[in-house]
Amino acid sequence: MKHFLFLMLVAAFSLPLVAQEQSTAPYAYRQLDDPAQEEQAQDLMESLRCLQCQGQSIADSDAPIAGSMRSLVRERVAKGEEPEAIREWLVERYGDYVSYAPRLTSLTWPLFAVPLLFAALAFLLLRRRFGRGGGQ
Amino acid sequence: MIAEFGLAALWLAAALAALQLLAGVLALTGRGEALAGIVRPVAVMQGLLALAAFFALILLFIGTDLSVKLVAMNSHSAKPFIYKLAGSWGNHEGSMLLWVTVMGLAGAFVAFVERRLPEPTMLATLAGQAFVSIGFYAFLLMSSNPFERLDPAAPEGNGLNPLLQDIGLAFHPPTLYLGYVGLSVAFSFAIGALITRQVGPAFAKAMRPWVLGAWIFLTLGIAAGSYWAYYELGWGGWWFWDPVENASLMPWLAATALLHSCGVLAARNALRAWTVMLGVVAFSMSMVGTFLVRSGILTSVHAFAVDPERGSFILALLAINIGGALTLFALRAGTVTEGKRFAVVSREGALVVNNVMLSAILGIVLFGTLYPLVAEAMGAKVSVGPPYFNPMGAIFLVPMLLVLMVGPLLRWRRDSFSRVGKRLILPAVLAVLAAGVLAGWSGIGVLPFIGIVLAAGLAIASLLPLRERNFRRTPLSVWGMVAAHFGVAVALFGMASESAFSVEKLVAVRAGEATEVGPWQVKLVNVEPVAGPNWTALEGVLSASYQGGDETRIRPQARSFWTPPQQTTESALLTRWNGQLYVVLGGEADDGRWQLRLWWKPFVTLIWYGGILIALGGLLALIGRVASDVRRIVAREKIADRRESQGR
Amino acid sequence: MSGERKPAGWALWLPLMIFGAFVVLVTLGLLRPAPRDVASTLIGKPMPSFALPPAMPGRPGLDSSVFTDGNPRLVNIFASWCIPCRVEAPQLAALANAGVPIEGISVRDSTRDLGIFLKQNGDPFERIGADDDGQVQLALGSSGVPETYIVDGKGIIRYQHIGEIRAEQVPVILSEFREAGE
Repeated sequence: MKHFLFLMLVAAFSLPLVAQEQSTAPYAYRQLDDPAQEEQAQDLMESLRCLQCQGQSIADSDAPIAGSMRSLVRERVAKGEEPEAIREWLVERYGDYVSYAPRLTSLTWPLFAVPLLFAALAFLLLRRRFGRGGGQ
Repeated sequence: MIAEFGLAALWLAAALAALQLLAGVLALTGRGEALAGIVRPVAVMQGLLALAAFFALILLFIGTDLSVKLVAMNSHSAKPFIYKLAGSWGNHEGSMLLWVTVMGLAGAFVAFVERRLPEPTMLATLAGQAFVSIGFYAFLLMSSNPFERLDPAAPEGNGLNPLLQDIGLAFHPPTLYLGYVGLSVAFSFAIGALITRQVGPAFAKAMRPWVLGAWIFLTLGIAAGSYWAYYELGWGGWWFWDPVENASLMPWLAATALLHSCGVLAARNALRAWTVMLGVVAFSMSMVGTFLVRSGILTSVHAFAVDPERGSFILALLAINIGGALTLFALRAGTVTEGKRFAVVSREGALVVNNVMLSAILGIVLFGTLYPLVAEAMGAKVSVGPPYFNPMGAIFLVPMLLVLMVGPLLRWRRDSFSRVGKRLILPAVLAVLAAGVLAGWSGIGVLPFIGIVLAAGLAIASLLPLRERNFRRTPLSVWGMVAAHFGVAVALFGMASESAFSVEKLVAVRAGEATEVGPWQVKLVNVEPVAGPNWTALEGVLSASYQGGDETRIRPQARSFWTPPQQTTESALLTRWNGQLYVVLGGEADDGRWQLRLWWKPFVTLIWYGGILIALGGLLALIGRVASDVRRIVAREKIADRRESQGR
Repeated sequence: MSGERKPAGWALWLPLMIFGAFVVLVTLGLLRPAPRDVASTLIGKPMPSFALPPAMPGRPGLDSSVFTDGNPRLVNIFASWCIPCRVEAPQLAALANAGVPIEGISVRDSTRDLGIFLKQNGDPFERIGADDDGQVQLALGSSGVPETYIVDGKGIIRYQHIGEIRAEQVPVILSEFREAGE
């Protein structure tokens, strides 16, 4: 488990000290004034993957590119864009990898089929065990 | 010399494990009945030798023997004592040695203590434990020798990553390991029972303390890891559905299911094949989790001690151990009947629902964790994260928690809702009340809403088994069950509350300026440089007051380490009974203002208090079970003594 | 319901089959580790439109309209704070000498640092646009620095190189560039 902790740290803070890289994007560390919009943006940010750290959402990362992505999300939400449209815009550029919320596609359908299968299996198992008037 | 002694002890332990396996197999197959007598002593010796090897490694680390490669790579002469100690298991080789040590000691303990099971089942169990151990000994000796010498000795050690020098981190891995490896005993019992086809209440009773013990450690380990991530990562998140987190959650889910099905098997001699399978699955999940973390197959971007060769070795071990056990299960379980019958509305019925739901959640976590790998095999990249795991898990968690409210009230074998229905009025009223209150709140997500309502109902329902009981005569195991189930309600409430009511504030302020977050007023007094043993930091001095009350100083830091160069944020937490204020100091803007990240997280601490309650419940149950076992043994011996003396 | 019924035969083999599938899957993953890079999915698609201000005073900024003038180009995403960018500087110079027009996008950078960087490492760029907030980098589907795109004369992105261009990779870049010009 130490690895998990360690790797998260590395992911979060492995910015070489020589680097001057800073997220100068306006909304990287600034909230939107409208709380409803900020909440929309926050929900979306929590489900987008940071591209540099790869193991964290952009809402949980200090990586500068995550800051740029947060700013992008907030600016677009402020303009009235739908969060799902922003997600789509990013997926168009980075593929499904950028979104933690898998879409239903020819590639990802098993992700949704398997829980259904489990539910059906659970139902069948329970019915088989308890079926026909509750035993005895 | 210590290193050579350790290595010799390790080789000897491995040889004894081989002897233990051989003697067990020969005795079982009737080719060496005389050998049956040596299996137990050999198992005890094996465990003690593994422990000796582990002690040798600890001595090497404490003495910082830089002629040992592992010490030179992971320690430093100037490190505080506690981290020298922790350094011995804070690396790949040392942690694998800890793994075989715990396995060996567990085997020794079983060999020494367990007398309830028929002797052939015991022999098969100990042979199974030896078989699994041999694989891990081979892994250590062939590809991860912790005692390898360095010639010439290093002038100074590389040091442990300063970030890992955290008291929580020092003891978090061994806690989880005790859980992972403790499940190996359940695995071996299941193998033994399958080989001799002796699956019954005695088997469940022998296995249960081990499952309980392992489960307590897993619970504590997961809760500690989650709290560490929460305070150290600086963004207020406490669970990320990261593959490595999932690797620790999966054995816990399997162990939780196993714990409950063990109860059915012990009390009612039902769910026999199912319990055996869970016994195999629980430890399998420990090994799968270890493989996923060590091979770096899912998180290699975080490259820690990732080595394809090691990955392949663990995979081979996995394939042999789990594949073998599951083959044995498929061949033998057909002859194990499912056992005594029961009605839908019965304690067993509720526990079956619990098991099915937990297994489904386990399946979803496993599948979701591995799916990115499936996609990669098809040449694509996908991410599976919280937006998938949360709702999918909830589909099965919600019915499970509903049944949890009723289950403990039901009688074994057959019961009716009309009998317990009246008792459930109170929890139902409370749940409806909670729903009513929350309905007035805007902007609460569906899942947090359901979570709070369920937590309210469950908090009361979990206490109902104590009603109309004489507290002094209530067995400890019942207290344990109540505490654990109440803990589930507490943790669930914490999770839902954190998710629904957290307030976030990102601001840039000058010294002397104040801001508000939730009920808190927070003022930045100033920012000053401070120095630690191997870091320097900028420390924000803030004063916080709750609803205009007394001011409390809090000091978040932005630390810079220089060996290796790394920056970390040290969040400052201010805990009140109803939540935590979480403050992080960010960067300085050009105009002299400081970036602050503040959160007010109502009842967030309940997440971990709930976890501790769950573990405490496990501990009470464990003490209760072991005490009653001991009492029974003592009573039996007394009777035997009396008979003997009367006979004379 | 018969309490003493035995479990169905096929169900007993199910756990083993699932485990077998797991072993096959992770073996594949171990043998053929997937690339860790996150590639842009804009290859074969038009360059997004943007207009970046000049990163250096007195030099032109970068407007996406230049990409439709009929000539193929390289677009190098770089920054002064990025060490691999220094490593690839000689290769970029070689490409520029071979007649490849290179446009620069400097990400999250400052004029001062950039000036020092260009003085130390050479300046093969026709234009350098300042992408201070990283928004054009995101529009291009770029996940790090340095990255190099090849854009054909019609403004279609034809190729993406992730990471620094090493000496042995220059011929590949050149041939991709020529292909984009055809």
